[in-house]
Amino acid sequence: MIRVIDLHKSFGQKKVLQGVNLRLKHGETLVIIGQSGCGKSVLLKHIIGLFKPDKGSVLVDGVDIAKLKDDELHKVTRRFGMLFQGSALFDSMTVGQNVSFGLERYTDFSQEEIKELVKESLAKVGLIGIENLMPYELSGGMKKRVGLARAIAYRPDIILYDEPSTGIDPIRADAINELVIRMKEELKVATLIITHDMVSAYKVADRIGMLYEGQIIEMGSPEEIKNSDNQVVQQFIHGKAEGPIKNW
Amino acid sequence: MLGLLTWSFNLLNHKMFPIAKSPLYYFNSFLQQVGEVGLLFFQTFKNLFKKPWEKRIFIQQLEEIGVRSLPVVSLTAAFGGLVFGLQTYLGFHRYIGPGSETYGGPIISLGLSKELIPILVGLMVSGRVGSAMAAEIGTMKITEQIDALFSLGADPTRYLVVPRTLASLVMLPCLTIYGDIIGMAAGFFYNVYIMGVNRVLYIRNTLLYMELWDIMSGLIKSAVFGVIIALIGCWQGLRTEGGAEGVGRATTRTVVIASILILIVNFFLSKALPADI
Ligand SMILES: Nc1ncnc2c1ncn2[C@@H]1O[C@H](COP(=O)(O)OP(=O)(O)O)[C@@H](O)[C@H]1O
Ligand SMILES: [Mg+2]
Repeated sequence: MIRVIDLHKSFGQKKVLQGVNLRLKHGETLVIIGQSGCGKSVLLKHIIGLFKPDKGSVLVDGVDIAKLKDDELHKVTRRFGMLFQGSALFDSMTVGQNVSFGLERYTDFSQEEIKELVKESLAKVGLIGIENLMPYELSGGMKKRVGLARAIAYRPDIILYDEPSTGIDPIRADAINELVIRMKEELKVATLIITHDMVSAYKVADRIGMLYEGQIIEMGSPEEIKNSDNQVVQQFIHGKAEGPIKNW
Repeated sequence: MLGLLTWSFNLLNHKMFPIAKSPLYYFNSFLQQVGEVGLLFFQTFKNLFKKPWEKRIFIQQLEEIGVRSLPVVSLTAAFGGLVFGLQTYLGFHRYIGPGSETYGGPIISLGLSKELIPILVGLMVSGRVGSAMAAEIGTMKITEQIDALFSLGADPTRYLVVPRTLASLVMLPCLTIYGDIIGMAAGFFYNVYIMGVNRVLYIRNTLLYMELWDIMSGLIKSAVFGVIIALIGCWQGLRTEGGAEGVGRATTRTVVIASILILIVNFFLSKALPADI
């Protein structure tokens, strides 16, 4: 349902993406791994239409989103739910208002129904009765979960995660992994996850792709990635400082 | 159109001046920024009539810009009126002679309502509110909240810029008329109660020479200042980059740019608006 074709993007002199190709199918979980700063977030932001490609295209169900007008683009982006790296909760709003943001604006549900949906979304991520708290009152892990509740409240077809397990302790990170798997099973959504955490990559992925120097250099099932004979991939998944990857 | 202009200048810039920053570079980046503001203005205007309207933010901003600026505006208008009253008294007393001070009334009202109060209000509000807009939106930008808005299908311009611009457009004239009243009262107070100018004549002269248009033209100006403040604040907020430091830069820039623009635009508006109708 999503196809990225020969995507190029530079910021000034800095070439970040140099011909990324990938494909995300219905109901599939694709994990993109790569070093910090290699352009993973930039790739995601192209997929939701925040950045326009210098060259190449992003197709959502065959439609090139860079060619859409603002209003049409917003309709497409509403099919995505995105969990941001730092959660990106609106800090002037309560948890409840955060989660109901999209529902209130772009659906015809009544206030009562919205309340129910918010409750349900929060319950799905294991949070109960926190609708009236403000984001600054939450821990990092809770923020991520509220961010996820906000992303799924809308019933998206596709959920995008930007480093869901970064910045929280290993136990909470694993809980997030469980959530990712549960979301996929319960909501039957396609999932695209970006991470440099190999533990979660192996745990949740149907396929793993590695982004390196602006391209997807390897793509395959977790088994295939583990047994890859590409030295760059081997260095990354084993987390060694020695190897072909030098720039950091 | 503006975008095209900006773009072509960019192209020129990259090819001709890769490293050295020539005067043309600064001219380019100036044009580019004018282009950005113009585009934002255009988008804001386009989004004015589109649903969903952000009523909650609009009302919140009305309160923030209007109600919360009252203390500052009261103080500046009062002291502006006092000092203006003082100098007018001195002028008449010294150059025209005792007894003529009652003509200070219309001069004070004219100067206050057409120039001093709109400018004071504009400068105060750009310091108080423009900077706050830049800081708030800038923080949202660096914490990806703007991206989150976008990902939820909300247009950042419609959601953030439109309600702020509208609220500012509505509230600045309100603050100005309030400031007019305070300032004129302060001028009256200084002349009549401190310097002992004849109260009846002072009021009579004021009413005789004051025209509704004097007040109206001040209100028109302040409405324009309102749009300037909100647009500059939002623009700087939206282009914030580089962490907390970037937010700081955006706020100071907002105050500087908005204040200078207000003074420049004020001159041209004074020139363009007819003296009376
Ligand atoms: N808006 C932007 N303007 C300029 N450079 C950017 C922007 N966004 C990202 N970059 C640059 O692109 C590179 C990749 O960033 P990012 O995708 O955030 O990395 P990561 O893989 O850690 O998510 C970084 O070097 C960053 O400096
Ligand atoms: Mg990132």
